[in-house]
Amino acid sequence: MTVKFGLLALFVDGPKYGYQLCTEFEARTGGTWPVNVGQVYTTLERLDRDGLVAAEGTNADGRTMYAITDTGRAALDTWFATPVADSDRPRNELAIKLLTAATTPGVDVTAVVQRQRTESMRLMRDYTSLRREADRSDDVAGVLLLDGLVFALEGEIRWLDHVETTVLRRGGRLKPVARPRRAGRLSATTNRSSAS
Amino acid sequence: MSAGWRVTADRGTAPVLRFSGVGRVYPSGEATVVALDDVTLEVAAGELVAVMGQSGSGKSTLLAIGGGLDTPSSGQVLVEGTPLGGLNPSALARLRRDRIGYVFQDFNLVSGLTAAENVALPRELAGMSVRAARREALVALREVGLVDEVDRFPDQLSGGQQQRVAVARAVIGERRLLLADEPTGALDSSTGQAILDLIRARVDAGAAGVLVTHEARFASWADRIVFLRDGRMVDSTGDRDWAEQLLEEAS
Repeated sequence: MTVKFGLLALFVDGPKYGYQLCTEFEARTGGTWPVNVGQVYTTLERLDRDGLVAAEGTNADGRTMYAITDTGRAALDTWFATPVADSDRPRNELAIKLLTAATTPGVDVTAVVQRQRTESMRLMRDYTSLRREADRSDDVAGVLLLDGLVFALEGEIRWLDHVETTVLRRGGRLKPVARPRRAGRLSATTNRSSAS
Repeated sequence: MSAGWRVTADRGTAPVLRFSGVGRVYPSGEATVVALDDVTLEVAAGELVAVMGQSGSGKSTLLAIGGGLDTPSSGQVLVEGTPLGGLNPSALARLRRDRIGYVFQDFNLVSGLTAAENVALPRELAGMSVRAARREALVALREVGLVDEVDRFPDQLSGGQQQRVAVARAVIGERRLLLADEPTGALDSSTGQAILDLIRARVDAGAAGVLVTHEARFASWADRIVFLRDGRMVDSTGDRDWAEQLLEEAS
């Protein structure tokens, strides 16, 4: 879904050919989200099939150029105007793993938390290093994207600390509490939209 | 295969700071408190190591022992190959003054001295003339972005400026070991980032750095992050070596 609109947005400033989309997409997302050529061409075919872009001749090198259609522009406007809903986000595997660890006998929650903390810090260190490079080359979009990734990891690490402290305070394990299935169902993605 | 792909510089020298089985026990009434337990750690030139852990995990004790401000109950600490335990008090004081720079959360500047005098102080204590020490201090202050403030007293400077002075003082001279204890703790986020930038730059220029922090964002500026719990090192991110990592993942 996101790749589709991410690619569609590239046509706003003019017609493009397939391969151009790969490099421009990566440039706009700070190089942290590589897409493969196959994925780009498949997505382009779908955009064409759905009438969001249309072929308009070839360039000097004989490559087919595509341009965004009015339908495509409207779809893109709708995409920008719609906030990302929690149901669009993947389930939070970490939350599931940690809460399962905390309620399963014989599992050392502290060790599970520490392994995750180390991994998250390793990732954050790499993002920070990429961010400094992006900053040096004045790649503001890249900096902002990496800031987002760092902020998210910061939140995750804070939550890990909180889980560890809470579980330790309760003797190293949590007691599972049965919840009524229908009222206020919470998914691991903190499903605000379904609560309304 | 991997040798040709190493991204991290082959430093090829002895570590600037080496902890070997270091323990620290404090008496507490009838009982004892284990502040550090069998910590082994090496920090090379050009490497910044962050130490993370909850309060009471031994982070600051580790830093104090690394800087010769505290003495281990067991194990050995070497700074540029010199065992700190074998030094008499005046030799230790000299090594601390000439080789080790500190940055603290609350800056620890001498309030009766100007920024330039604070920075020049370790050089004057090492026997340098006032004029030559000031010249070095001005260079160090310019490196941390202070030019117009050099003759101001600490209470005439903002927190961020005071910490810049402290960083300049920590890196003046031949010092190759930079120890920072929550250097961003009293600063807002962007000022903290600017301070980290200075520390990082000094390390990239060849110093060895240890950064104690509880803030993940600042720890992520380090090449390696080690985690302490109850005085023990429980984990480490390992060295940064992306190419090797990629090769491993690919194979």
